[in-house]
Amino acid sequence: MSVSVIDEALTDLAREHSGRILAILANRIGDLDIADESVQEALVRGAERWPKDGIPDNPPGWLMTVARRIAIDRLRSDSSARRRIEQSGHDLTADLNAAPDSVPLIDEANDATVRDDRLRLLLLCCHPALNLEAQVALTLRLVAGLTTEEIASAFLVPTSTLAQRISRAKRKVRDAGIPLTIPDNLDDRVASVLAVLYLSFNEGYLSRSDTTDIVRVDLCDEAIRLTAQFVELVPDSAEALGLFALELFHDARRDARVNPQRELVLLQDQDRATWDWTKVTLANSLLHRSMQLMAPGPYQLQAHIAARHTNAPRADATDWAAIASLYAQLEKVLPTDVVRLNHAAAVALATSPNAGLDRLASLTDLDGYHLLHSTRARLLEMAGEPALALDSWKRAAELVINPAEKQLIDERITALS
Amino acid sequence: MEYMITLYSQEVERPAPGSPEFEAMMGEWMAYNQRLIDNGHWVAGANLAPSLTATTVKKSADGVTIVDGPFAESKEVLGGFYLVKAADLDEATALATAVPIPFGSFEIRPVAFRPDADHG
Repeated sequence: MSVSVIDEALTDLAREHSGRILAILANRIGDLDIADESVQEALVRGAERWPKDGIPDNPPGWLMTVARRIAIDRLRSDSSARRRIEQSGHDLTADLNAAPDSVPLIDEANDATVRDDRLRLLLLCCHPALNLEAQVALTLRLVAGLTTEEIASAFLVPTSTLAQRISRAKRKVRDAGIPLTIPDNLDDRVASVLAVLYLSFNEGYLSRSDTTDIVRVDLCDEAIRLTAQFVELVPDSAEALGLFALELFHDARRDARVNPQRELVLLQDQDRATWDWTKVTLANSLLHRSMQLMAPGPYQLQAHIAARHTNAPRADATDWAAIASLYAQLEKVLPTDVVRLNHAAAVALATSPNAGLDRLASLTDLDGYHLLHSTRARLLEMAGEPALALDSWKRAAELVINPAEKQLIDERITALS
Repeated sequence: MEYMITLYSQEVERPAPGSPEFEAMMGEWMAYNQRLIDNGHWVAGANLAPSLTATTVKKSADGVTIVDGPFAESKEVLGGFYLVKAADLDEATALATAVPIPFGSFEIRPVAFRPDADHG
């Protein structure tokens, strides 16, 4: 069997199943570290053995069995861990003596226990006692099954930095006693999970256009996959549904966002026929479900805004008045300067460029943010002030980092000079 | 597990002993302490004298100096602590949140080792 087929099967196993298996194992043995090491060790054994033995018929079942055996061995040799297990009262060894093939395949759709196991692991990774960077790293590593190298390259940080971040986070989980539990009041904890998922998605979205590294993991895909799983785990969370819809609206436009020359294409110039309308349809229905829960929040409102943009038949048929009013609502629940900036742009397009420019004047704290200046430049062009617009474009060009965005700004500078 | 909860807050004028405000404040603290005891969380706890009474001993390669005042000068100062038993960080966090101080920062640290801890 070729190495690439086996690599692919192992990667698939890690991404699709290792998080779930880790969640189950960690809960059974009450020790995240040993559970994680055991799952990793089992994957390494797969890489060693599968080329000789072939890929097992049921890779997830194989991974569960092998990881569990490794965990038991470790627990037997680690007396303090063994004591914890005895105290916790889990009967870990019950089905250990059964033949590997007789271990039942975990049917997650019908298994509320496994769902709870997965929710516990995700809540632990996104625990507010960990800083946000640590939450993101742990979630991608333990729940999404990415390798440390993959996460490091996605965030453009050295592998050693990320490895350190993860081991520090795992140490805090263990030594500070961050539990694998589902709290009575889930709302705040759901918000933490959503923040991690949204940050991962945004990181992927921003870096997608300038990546030349084809082996780089697509964080948007990973974030969407995790959000889909999370929606399954907390089906009554309007905000989880809202975030899922928001991600899909953005992702539906992924191919239209960059032209064959790898240049960014603005929303208004994109070919709407190339958008992924299956994703848009799914996003619309998710947003509809989210609305029915009657609990609007920042993600749902942002999804509504994205929906207005995406569902408009043409760019010039965009309902800017509706978008401006959605931004006004968003500003109430998420009063950040970036929201105010987007609100100002929407007001400008709904009414007049000067109405937007007036609003921009108060956003002095955003002076170091290139989008403030490019938005101002665009509105000044609309207001018939090309000389002032040129100054703002130049300021934006000084501040922008992403090369694809810089190119668009440079084009405006050339056009106006 | 055992956790130390250290209580940092701004030092405010305490109500005079005997006043209704003082009684109300003491009532809240006693109720909180009783809750720790009744639910098996209590290990130890203390309210400290104001930070103007603090003295800091600084030891370095250059020797020992005695300094008048707390280790860190800040608006919120260490005013007391609890040593509690809790199942996990979430339970310890809930206990810290319930401390009857309206505004402040309460640091939670797991105890790594305590020589006089009861083993069992």
